Amino acid sequence: MRQLHLLLLTLMLCATGLGLAYYKVTVIGLPLTASEQAEVWNIEARISFRAKPDSAIKVTLPLPSDPPGYSILDEDFVSANYGLAIEQDDFGRVALWAKRRAQGKQLLFYRAVLFKDEETIPKPVMPPVYPKVPEYPESLVPVIQGLLDKARQQSADTVSFSQRVIEQLNATTPAPELKLLLEHINRSHNLAKSLGWILAGARIPSQIIRGLRLQDSKEYTELEYFLQVYDGQQWRSLNIKDGREGLPSNFVVWQVNENKQFTIEGASEFSIQYSVARTLREIVNIAGSRSAEKGSHLMEFSLYSLPVHIQNVYKVLLMIPLGAFVVVLMRNLVGIKTFGTFMPVLIALAFRETELLWGLILFSLIVGLGLLLRAYVEQLKLLLVPRLASVLTMVVLLMAGVSVIMHKLGLEMGLSVALFPMVIMTMTIERMSLTWEEAGPIEAFKQVTGSLLVAVIGYLAMNIDELQYMFFVFPELLLVVLAIILLLGRYSGYRLTELWRFRAFARNRPS
Amino acid sequence: MFGTWSKLRRAGIVGMNQRNADYVLRYNKRSLYPLVDDKLRTKYLATESGIAVPELYGVIEIEHDVANLSDIVKDHNDFVIKPAHGSGGNGICVITGRLNGRYRQNSGDLLTDEAIEYHVSNILSGLYSLGGQPDQALIEYRVKFDPLFEAVSYRGVPDIRTIVFRGIPVASMVRLPTRMSDGKANLHQGAVGTGIDLATGRTTHAVWQNYPIEQHPDTGATISGLEIPHWHKLLTLAAQCYDLVGLGYLGVDVVLDRELGPLVLELNARPGLSIQIANGRGLRELLEKIEQLEEIPTLASDRAALGQEFFMATQI
Repeated sequence: MRQLHLLLLTLMLCATGLGLAYYKVTVIGLPLTASEQAEVWNIEARISFRAKPDSAIKVTLPLPSDPPGYSILDEDFVSANYGLAIEQDDFGRVALWAKRRAQGKQLLFYRAVLFKDEETIPKPVMPPVYPKVPEYPESLVPVIQGLLDKARQQSADTVSFSQRVIEQLNATTPAPELKLLLEHINRSHNLAKSLGWILAGARIPSQIIRGLRLQDSKEYTELEYFLQVYDGQQWRSLNIKDGREGLPSNFVVWQVNENKQFTIEGASEFSIQYSVARTLREIVNIAGSRSAEKGSHLMEFSLYSLPVHIQNVYKVLLMIPLGAFVVVLMRNLVGIKTFGTFMPVLIALAFRETELLWGLILFSLIVGLGLLLRAYVEQLKLLLVPRLASVLTMVVLLMAGVSVIMHKLGLEMGLSVALFPMVIMTMTIERMSLTWEEAGPIEAFKQVTGSLLVAVIGYLAMNIDELQYMFFVFPELLLVVLAIILLLGRYSGYRLTELWRFRAFARNRPS
Repeated sequence: MFGTWSKLRRAGIVGMNQRNADYVLRYNKRSLYPLVDDKLRTKYLATESGIAVPELYGVIEIEHDVANLSDIVKDHNDFVIKPAHGSGGNGICVITGRLNGRYRQNSGDLLTDEAIEYHVSNILSGLYSLGGQPDQALIEYRVKFDPLFEAVSYRGVPDIRTIVFRGIPVASMVRLPTRMSDGKANLHQGAVGTGIDLATGRTTHAVWQNYPIEQHPDTGATISGLEIPHWHKLLTLAAQCYDLVGLGYLGVDVVLDRELGPLVLELNARPGLSIQIANGRGLRELLEKIEQLEEIPTLASDRAALGQEFFMATQI
C-alpha cells in the first residue's frame, strides 16, 4: 500500500513536471538550451519639429498593428510632458501626442521591437467592396479608357492587368497619349494613390500599404509604398515602380490604407525619420513577450518576472536540490560519510564562486589552520559555545589574512576565500577535531575527504550550465528530481561501501 | 560488484538502508526515542520495573552544580561519568580509583578536580549529545566486570549487545575493548566483536577490524568458547527491555557484574549492523521470520526461549 502510494506520487510528480516543461517547449516555444538567440529589429520613428509660439500642438502618427510575418515584442513612446493616447480601430492604430504649449525644438519618438515570426496567423481577408468607376476629369477620360483597354488586351487576370497599367505609367519613354495623365499624377505627388484611382476605372479593388525594409542601420525619411489589388480571393502586392508582384522578404507593413495620416498641428520645420537596427535577443525573452501577446499567463508567473538580481539568486538556489540529490546518492547509494548532512552542498556552493582548485586549496588551508588553533584553544578548557565562537572569530581572521596575503602575492583567486560559509567552516573544524580525538585521525580524514568528495561531485553537477538554465527556465523539472529523491527514500538495498564492509560474507561463501 | 551484491543478498545481510527503511522506521515510533536517547529516563524506567541497572550516584544538570561533583562521589572510590544523551560511547569517563587527591582514569591518567569538572561541563554544554543540545551528566556505579572476560579485555568494560526484534532476542555479541578502541566497546573504533550462540550462550568466532581472529589482539587469550553465565536470564533481561520502551527494533547493552550479575547499561533505537559480522551471519532471515509471527508471547522469558529456538532453527 505504502509502495503503491509512493509510486503513484512519483508518477504524478514526474508527469506534472515533464508535462509542464513539454508545454513550455512546444507551445510557448522556450528553447531547451541557453545559447539560442534570435534576431530582433528595433524600429524607431523620430519626429522633430519646432513649436509655433502660442498654439497647441497635436501630432498624429500612424503605428504598425499586427504586421504580417512579424510580432511586436515591445514598444515604447518617448515624449516628455506630452499627453499620449493610442487609438485603435479597424483601419489601424495611431498615437496621438498633444501639448497645449511648447517652445523651441521638440522631439518625439516611437520605438518598436519586432521579431520575425513565421507563425503569426494571417487575418482572414474580408472581401472588399468593388469600387465605382470614379468620375475622371473630362480631359482624362479617353486617356484612361485607352490605357485600361490596352492593358486588358495584354493581360489574363487582375494581377497582370494591374501590372500592365503600372508598367505603362512607369515606362522610361511613356506613350505620348499618356502625357496629360502623367502630369495629373505628378501633381498629386502620390503615385500609389493615383494607381488605385485609375484601376478603379476597371472596378479593381485596391489598397495602399506602406512600410519599411528591415536592413541593419538604415534610415528612411518616408515609408515605402506598395499597391495591393484584390484578385477575388486575396490581396496581391505590387511594386508601384515596376509592377513586380510580392513584397520584399524583409518588408514590414507599417500601415494599411491611408485612412490614418501623419499629421502635425502647431509646428513648423517638422520632419519624420525612421531608423532600423538589428540586435540579438535571447529566445527566452522573446518567448516571454510572445506568450503575453498570446494571452498565456504562464510566463507572467515565471521566474523571469522577478527583478534581475533576484533572478540571479534563484539561478543558484534552484541548483541546491540537485546538490541535495547528489548527497542522497552519495550517502544512501554509495555510503560515503560526511560531516553534517548538507555541509557538502554549502561547500559546493562556495566552490562555485572560488572555482574548484582554489576552493579545495583554500578550504584545506582554512580548515588546517583552524584545526591548529582549535588544538591550542582546547588547552584552555573553554565551554562549548564560547569555544565555537572563538574558533569562528579565528576563522574570520584567518580568511581575512589569507585574502590579504593572496592579494599581495597577486593571486586574485585567493580573495574569493571570503565566500566560504564561515559558520559551516567552524562547525567542520569543531566536528573534525572531535572526530580526531574520539575516533582517531584516520576516521577524521576519512570523513573530511568524504565531505570534500561529495562537495566536488555536487559542485560539478551544480555547475553544469545547461542544467542551471534548464532548472531556471523549467523549475517544474525539480518535481522530477523530487520524485527520484522520494523513490530513493525507499531504497533498501546495500550501499556500495557495505559491499566492502561485509565482504567477509562474500568471501566465505563461494557460490 | 554485482557478484558481491548477490552473495550478500543470499547470506541475508541487512544493509544500513534496509535497517532504516524496513525496521527502524517501521517498528520504532519516533515519540519513543527519548526513552532510550536519554539515559536518565531509561534508568528511571528500568528501576521502576525492577530491571537491574548500575546504581545512579547523582546527576549534574546545570553548570553551577559541577562543583557538587566531589560531594556526589565522596563515598565512592570508583565511578563512571557519562552524558545522558551520548552516543557511541563518547564522553564516558571511567574513574577506577584515587591517588594523592587525584582521580585515576581507566586509561591510567590521573585527573585533577579541575580536569574532571571541565569534562563534566563539556558534557553539560552538549559536546557529546546528538545535535549539540545541552545535556546532563550521570554519575553512576562502575561495573566490576565478570572475571570471565578478564583475559579478553584491554581496559574498559566488555558488554553484551543483543538485538531484540518485536521483543524477541535475535542475535547477540560480546564487544571486547582493545587498546585500539581506547577502552571503548564500539567495533568501528577497534573493539573486538564476538558472536554468541544464542542457544548455548557460548562465544563463537571473533572479528576485529573486519577480520576473523582467534586471540584477543592485546592480551593474546583465546576468545571463542567462553560460556556466559546466566545466559537465559540475560536474554530474558534483554527481552524485558522491549516491554520497557516499546521499540520494535532495539539494541540492548548488558554488562556482567561480578557481584550483581547482568545489568542493563543502555538501550539503542538504531543498533548497528556489525553484529552480523561478529556472528558471521545475516539477520534478515530471522527478522523476516519474526515479522511474520502473528502473536508474540507476552512473557519475556518465553520470548527469550523463542529467540533461542529460532536461532537454532536457522543455523547454517
